[in-house]
Amino acid sequence: MEILLQQIINGLVLGSMYALIALGYTMVYGIINLINFAHGEVLMVGALTSYTIIGVMQSSMPGTPGWIILLVSLLIAFVVCGTLNFTIEKIAYRPLRNAPKLAPLITAIGVSLLLQTLAMIIWKPNYKSYPTLLPSDPIQFAGAVITVTQVFILGATAVSLAILMWLVHYTRLGRAMRATAENPRVAALMGVRPDTVISATFVIGALLAALAGVMYASNYGTVHHHMGFLPGLKAFTAAVLGGIGNLGGAVLGGILLGLIESIGAGYLGPLTGGVLGSQYSDILAFTVLIIVLTLRPTGLLGERVADRA
Amino acid sequence: MMKSNKLIQFIFIAAGLLILPLLLQQGGNAWVRILDMALLYVLLALGLNIVVGYAGLLDLGFVAFFAVGAYLAALLGSPHLAQAFPFIAEAFPEGLHLPIWIVIPLAAAIAGLFGILLGAPTLRLRGDYLAIVTLGFGEIIRVFLNNLDRPVNITNGPKGISQIDSITFFGFDLGVDHQFFGIAVNSVSMYYYLFLALVIVSVVICHRLETSRIGRAWMAVREDEIAAKAMGINTRNLKLLAFGMGATFGGVAGAMFASFQGFVSPESFSLMESVMIVAMVVLGGIGHLPGVILGALLLAALPEVLRYVAGPLQQMTDGRLDAAILRQLLIALAMISIMLLRPRGLWPTHEHGKALNKPDGPVTGNTSNSINP
Repeated sequence: MEILLQQIINGLVLGSMYALIALGYTMVYGIINLINFAHGEVLMVGALTSYTIIGVMQSSMPGTPGWIILLVSLLIAFVVCGTLNFTIEKIAYRPLRNAPKLAPLITAIGVSLLLQTLAMIIWKPNYKSYPTLLPSDPIQFAGAVITVTQVFILGATAVSLAILMWLVHYTRLGRAMRATAENPRVAALMGVRPDTVISATFVIGALLAALAGVMYASNYGTVHHHMGFLPGLKAFTAAVLGGIGNLGGAVLGGILLGLIESIGAGYLGPLTGGVLGSQYSDILAFTVLIIVLTLRPTGLLGERVADRA
Repeated sequence: MMKSNKLIQFIFIAAGLLILPLLLQQGGNAWVRILDMALLYVLLALGLNIVVGYAGLLDLGFVAFFAVGAYLAALLGSPHLAQAFPFIAEAFPEGLHLPIWIVIPLAAAIAGLFGILLGAPTLRLRGDYLAIVTLGFGEIIRVFLNNLDRPVNITNGPKGISQIDSITFFGFDLGVDHQFFGIAVNSVSMYYYLFLALVIVSVVICHRLETSRIGRAWMAVREDEIAAKAMGINTRNLKLLAFGMGATFGGVAGAMFASFQGFVSPESFSLMESVMIVAMVVLGGIGHLPGVILGALLLAALPEVLRYVAGPLQQMTDGRLDAAILRQLLIALAMISIMLLRPRGLWPTHEHGKALNKPDGPVTGNTSNSINP
């Protein structure tokens, strides 16, 4: 039972990171129908930026409390990632708004490759250990163990989800975003500037990715130029699982995927008598995805839209 | 007059293609090897073009079929299975060394079967949902290849399978060097001719498909599925057929790859490979055979050619930058700038995407997507 609880906690932590990344995918997709392949790389840039800032602050201002360093590095990562994603959209996606559908997908792949390469040049291709800044003593919780970092991850996810929901539902920008997603041309007629809204969407997605990147780095303790790939892929899966374009779906899909992976990793071996080990947990996520999409082709919370020309 | 000009052109091109490896092998087998791999990529791109270009189904896991073909050839043409299973060793004391007349049709058939297997549950999915499912399928195959060395050793895990037989026609082994009329033809050049022949056959098949009833039906499905259905096209069977045909190309290319390399490992079948094949098709000109071939040759040969450009560049930066990193940087920049300058590909067809290029407002998007709370 303790093992199950432990796996659930780990799954929630992993899932909340997936959820934050998936939101970035799903918002971009909802508005311009683009799978933003470079999204995982924004996460990587966020994590590596905060790594650099932490290094600088630790050497120039020794004695600063860990959480302040983490907060400052997170804020700077926000600025860097926001600017980065804004620029990417402007240079690589905006000129292709009216191009055939697969063209921006290829530039997105190109941008992803470019960011990885640039990160390799700037930060060198080796694995770097990310310092532990929050107290590392584990908290006992009904027989399971949870670290302060994990508590911070769960809390920060909840707060940022609340802010995002408020932003989308109760602000002018949120209304403009929803209107643009519904129909960009009509939204433009109503006085919404689609370009501004799209830029804002990319910036918000980048902020969430940067937050997830810092979380990822603090949870696993390493950063490197390739770290964005796997969480990006999983988060994309999560976004589709929940119904792409659907914010609640992205969160649900992310958390579900995290739980499936973590519980699967814990139980796959014992349940199958050692035939299938935890290395198959990746397959589990994709298998669930295929089954869900077979039954509900537009994802768990996706709208059942009638086919139309 | 026109006709004879074309004939002369054709003869020149054919002669050029035939002599090319013989010239290149003077400069070292590495050059011919690059050419061989480029031809294999052309085969893969032609296969994917059926799925993505003709039928308009975005497949991000195409490398899975390549892997299926390669591993099938590896298992049937290497001592691995006999080593792993005593009963096979008893039946075939020499090891399974099936002739290519069995291996290639089997690779084609099984890869095609996998294609239909993947296609069946995804029929109802549209656009990008399909992309992620195919991507997941590719990853599933790769994870299995990586881990099926326990509890029974089938794929030999991350170590891969080695000592795969080279291709042999009626006792004529492509794996060793030969002499024809006093001209030395290396093994890699022999493979070049084989792959070239395969590419030509595939181009003919694809071209015939394109103009056939099936091809036209695929394009109808691509442009507007509802309208196609209304015209009496069986969209389900046609989509499955596209997946199956595309996968068959992948399977044959895989079997060729395994026999050519003599070694396969899961590393060769990563998601990045799938993505690169999609990039080849789109970069060249989706749905247009010359474009697809150009795209495949370009993206397959570019990294190798850049090897020679990256060296001097590396010197300019005082060796601070690794040549491999510079190469990747240039490829990424090339992908982005080609797409920005020519959004429809380097050599696009006149037909493709006509219905998609409506004179729209500043942004396109359809009403079926929205952010829903």
